[in-house]
Amino acid sequence: MARPARSFRQGTKPRLAVMKFASCDGCQLSILNMEDELLSLGTVLDIAYFPEASSRRLAGPYDITFVEGSISMPEDVQRLADIRQRTTWLITIGACATAGGIQALRNWADAEEWKRAIYPHPDYIRSLSTSTPISEHVKVDFEVWGCPIDKRQLLRVLTDIIGGVRPRLPHHSVCLECKRQRQVCVLVAKGEPCLGPVTQTGCGAICPGMARACYGCFGPAEGPVAAPGAPPNTHALAQQFHRSLGLIPVEVIRRFRGINGYLQPFREESHAWESTEDTHNQG
Amino acid sequence: MNMESAISPPMNPFVIHPAVIKEKRQEAPEIVTFRLQLEDPAIRKQFRFEPGQFNMVYAFGVGEVAISIVSDPDHPRELDHTIRIVGRTTDVIGRMQPGDRLGIRGPFGKGWPMEEAKGSDILIVTGGLGCAPVVGAIEYIFRRRENYGMMNILHGVKAPHDLLYRERFDAWRAHPRTHVWLTSDEPGKTWHYHVGVVTELFDRVQFDPNHTFVMMCGPEIMMRVASHLLSQRGLTPDRMYVSLERHMACGIGLCGHCQLGPYFICKDGPVMRLDRILPWLGKSGI
Amino acid sequence: MNPSHTASWGILNRRDFPRLLDALRTQGYRIIGPTLQDGAVKWGDIATVDDFPVGWRDHQSPGHYRLERTESFRYFDIVHGAESFKPLTFAPRETLLVLERTHKTFVATPILPDPEPLAVLGVRACDLAGLAIQDRIFLHGPYADPYYRARRDRLFIIAVQCTRALDTCFCASMGTGPQATAGFDLALIEGDADFVVQTGSEEGARLAQHLSLHPVPPERLRQEEIRMAACAASQTRSIDQSALPRALYDAHDHERWDDVARRCLACTNCTMVCPTCFCHGVEEQPDLMWTRSERARVWDSCFTPDHGYIHGKNLRPTIKDRYRMWLTHKLAAWIDQFGMSGCVGCGRCLTWCPVGIDLTEEIKELIRSRQASGS
Repeated sequence: MARPARSFRQGTKPRLAVMKFASCDGCQLSILNMEDELLSLGTVLDIAYFPEASSRRLAGPYDITFVEGSISMPEDVQRLADIRQRTTWLITIGACATAGGIQALRNWADAEEWKRAIYPHPDYIRSLSTSTPISEHVKVDFEVWGCPIDKRQLLRVLTDIIGGVRPRLPHHSVCLECKRQRQVCVLVAKGEPCLGPVTQTGCGAICPGMARACYGCFGPAEGPVAAPGAPPNTHALAQQFHRSLGLIPVEVIRRFRGINGYLQPFREESHAWESTEDTHNQG
Repeated sequence: MNMESAISPPMNPFVIHPAVIKEKRQEAPEIVTFRLQLEDPAIRKQFRFEPGQFNMVYAFGVGEVAISIVSDPDHPRELDHTIRIVGRTTDVIGRMQPGDRLGIRGPFGKGWPMEEAKGSDILIVTGGLGCAPVVGAIEYIFRRRENYGMMNILHGVKAPHDLLYRERFDAWRAHPRTHVWLTSDEPGKTWHYHVGVVTELFDRVQFDPNHTFVMMCGPEIMMRVASHLLSQRGLTPDRMYVSLERHMACGIGLCGHCQLGPYFICKDGPVMRLDRILPWLGKSGI
Repeated sequence: MNPSHTASWGILNRRDFPRLLDALRTQGYRIIGPTLQDGAVKWGDIATVDDFPVGWRDHQSPGHYRLERTESFRYFDIVHGAESFKPLTFAPRETLLVLERTHKTFVATPILPDPEPLAVLGVRACDLAGLAIQDRIFLHGPYADPYYRARRDRLFIIAVQCTRALDTCFCASMGTGPQATAGFDLALIEGDADFVVQTGSEEGARLAQHLSLHPVPPERLRQEEIRMAACAASQTRSIDQSALPRALYDAHDHERWDDVARRCLACTNCTMVCPTCFCHGVEEQPDLMWTRSERARVWDSCFTPDHGYIHGKNLRPTIKDRYRMWLTHKLAAWIDQFGMSGCVGCGRCLTWCPVGIDLTEEIKELIRSRQASGS
């Protein structure tokens, strides 16, 4: 995924752009939330295009482009191709851009029927029948996962790129971080259907720290596609939810079919539970 | 208050010492040799190592990698490290230039049996790109040629263009009582050496199994096959040594990453006597 | 711990128990012990004896931990909590060095912890066995770890002997409990009206002088021995170590690994709660300007994708590889490496496994077929 790092010439600041597709803007807010670091960011980066933050809009090309949001409208595809051509680093930020986001729930539904049911003038709505991650359309140099992204992870990636180092983020489970923070496991001690064991780290194990179950907003542990026999073992966890915690199949499906439900390990797990009888009764 | 009775040296094995790059030699597109000098004169003065030992080499703000020291232990003021650019940290190190600073912790691990092998014939078997750890031993022997018997250096590559250090092999070939044997799995127009795997060369090499020490480095599966064939030629496993590689974060047997069977490659190796490691060599999934 | 110390025993009346806290505080110790937090027991600060989880007991089984209310007025009815002793000496995240760029080069400054004196009250035999193993690793190898040492040397340890075993306990078969015999400054056995106090070090004996202990009738000590023996006898799980390490090395190709790999999440929880697992990684955190960088050691696990990574390839890509690595190291390779098993029988890896994998069952299967096949 990562291209060989290139260092920027002494004295020139890398030009940064922030672009948006279908999304809630929450990940862009995470950039603005880096209050302590924003000043330093301004000294090491030239923020050339970031409409959410500044009226300054410099034309490309850019060295680094953050892309938020999923591809959900017909014209998105061409705009994305243009962005790709005008940047050295294309970095997707957030679950919409990396996984299609919550709006990818439409990929399981009849989008046309939804339009007719929801909008008084469905013909005004111009949208694709699917919401898809950026990587399904152009080459992506690096992905920062999360809903929203974690500002420490974003800063880490920026620091690496500025320093000419190939960025890298950990892919292990949330559990490892949860235990490093000496938190009590909500699955074992409370019977909460926590997705932490199959979800990628990065959030700082926030939800278990608040005695809540993880709902998978950093996507499947160890990447968007599971290799045979490799983690995440979504099936074993789903079985535990069903057999020991008493979740009925439709509840199991809802656990996995969330913000990152379109990524293969979560998608296939939710599909596996669709064929069971209870789904039809409850769904 | 509990007081542990262990005596620990008044040092912190995690401290990184800056070293200046004195020279950089591009061995191949992805392979670089750096000559490093520790900056602190006191540390430089007390630094001693054995062929086959390694340093943890550090790039500021990026991380450390375990790299064997390939220069001569009699000249520990300058330390040569041959680095293969394969990852995030070595990628940064590979772009560094003379005058830049790297960091060093070390030396760590166990080296080649240079003392035990004195007076014996030496058979070097290497495969692929990973022969840097054995280069130090070869050069060590040539600087003390009279202490060792016949030298046979066997080196196998996948394809002719994988052959590195071509000049170095030629130079070694010129030494007295020395044979260099090269082989490539695949043939090539300019390749006038043997074609086939490195173990096929064993039939051509003359050696007395009772007076030979073997030093090997390369893919574990190659070393496993080689040791088997050499055993059939009468070599006992206690006279065969291999240099191994594993991921290391600490270099001192604490971080747990470099395990192979019951061993920590960082402190029980990287050079290990074959009879100790054989059951685990090249085993999948460990 | 002073091996030459001759143990002595005394009785501490229940109403005098607060004196122990007073004496420790007078000596300058911060006191921690088992406290109720987030539906479990964790190490927490003890200001008064009311901070102990009086009237609670723990129910543990594979993948399951619950506290239940009791009428008991005892302080130490809970056997053990979510954490082992490990985080108190081997910190989950510890800054090792700060590196700062100077004109052309850089300077590395070690950041050694300067932790306050800490008295830990309520340490179990399995905790002490785990601590002894970690001491062996971090202090008695070729390099002693100064960070671990700083956290280790500040401790005053008060053990509490176990008279009740959990469903998940198997310390008796590992030879580590339920009775703590060494590694403590003081050890307590809690009775209905009092505590039997045993000294384990000179420091412990000095502190005991402040407690106005009464003499212990010899038959009381015998009774307590019987209670602890009964606790050992009540344990239903065990590991037969007689064929280890060999039997597990030989089981490398056993089909049971495929079976457990279908259940295992590779989530790392077993290794995190294990009192002996010591794997760690190093995280490097440079600042945006690349003028300063911090190197921190963090708990790692053989279940992470990076643990077996070398030269762009993962030596242990599958869950099967990783579980086998863990179990083989814990129960076999550890014996060759450190002269002792890596398992103390605390049962935490059973309880805190989200899917309840029981290593005592796994090892039984892995070794049983070997005996059946007569190899």
